[in-house]
Amino acid sequence: MKFGIIQFPGSNCDQDCHHVLEGVFGQPTRYVWHKDTTLGDVDCVVVPGGFSYGDYLRTGAIARFSPAMKAVAAHAKAGGLVIGICNGFQILCEAHLLPGALIRNKNLKFICEQTEIRVETTDSPFTNAAKKGQILRVPIAHGEGNYFAEPGVIDQLKREDRILVRYVNNPNGSVDNIAGICNEGRNVFGLMPHPERASEAILGSEDGRVIFESILASQSVAS
Amino acid sequence: MVEKPPFMKAKIIVTPKKTVFDPQGKTVQHALESMGFRGIKEVRVGKFIEVELKGGSPAALKKKMDEACHKLLSNPVIEDYTFTIK
Repeated sequence: MKFGIIQFPGSNCDQDCHHVLEGVFGQPTRYVWHKDTTLGDVDCVVVPGGFSYGDYLRTGAIARFSPAMKAVAAHAKAGGLVIGICNGFQILCEAHLLPGALIRNKNLKFICEQTEIRVETTDSPFTNAAKKGQILRVPIAHGEGNYFAEPGVIDQLKREDRILVRYVNNPNGSVDNIAGICNEGRNVFGLMPHPERASEAILGSEDGRVIFESILASQSVAS
Repeated sequence: MVEKPPFMKAKIIVTPKKTVFDPQGKTVQHALESMGFRGIKEVRVGKFIEVELKGGSPAALKKKMDEACHKLLSNPVIEDYTFTIK
């Protein structure tokens, strides 16, 4: 499966994702510069973590208008897979590819720690290899990870089984303990925790692997 | 006839929506109270943005600025905005 990782000025998890996808999973992986207008031959887009454009104005607000994000939106519209991790999740919300927004953590602190998230549904290309209710130990590292959406939107997410992962112990004040959601078409996923930082035993947890294994499994089902 | 100034300035105020919890505002409120400031109902922290404009018809500028606020300068999911152009 071919992966493309978007690089913005200020992205800092792009190489971690590349390392995991190509080094750990052996998948052909390329970088897509934020000024690129096309993604190339890519099955799954990764919008990585970091501080794109210095988090100026709001997290993800400027990145959303980059040429590469137009290509990502077109890829998503055509049913292609998109996963946004941390700043990537914030960017996908700003780009309206996912509903809601990520606001300042409730305690105003930048939180960098191991967390536990629960897989709430396996009905997605990003969680199909996991078990419903499975607990994953995956780290977070963010100052703005507090998921917010109006009650009507939260109801819709629940009704449509689009909350893919929730925090076991809510670290940041997110509504309904939400750690990650998908879009209506279930091909765009955003989450604050970093599965790419929990994909090798040497890093203390391999629980994040199941997210990437799900993505790979989804293609073998589709093809 | 009043001569138009060569430049106009838009002043934009962005604040967190009422329905959004504002931990920054809450913390500032607590700090104000601990320095002895009494009688505060609520504090909300937002942003102030100035945009200098090269001029144009007020109606057209207002329309453009409204679009800018809606699409970029604020996020309508979590923020409200107001602006003046002078």
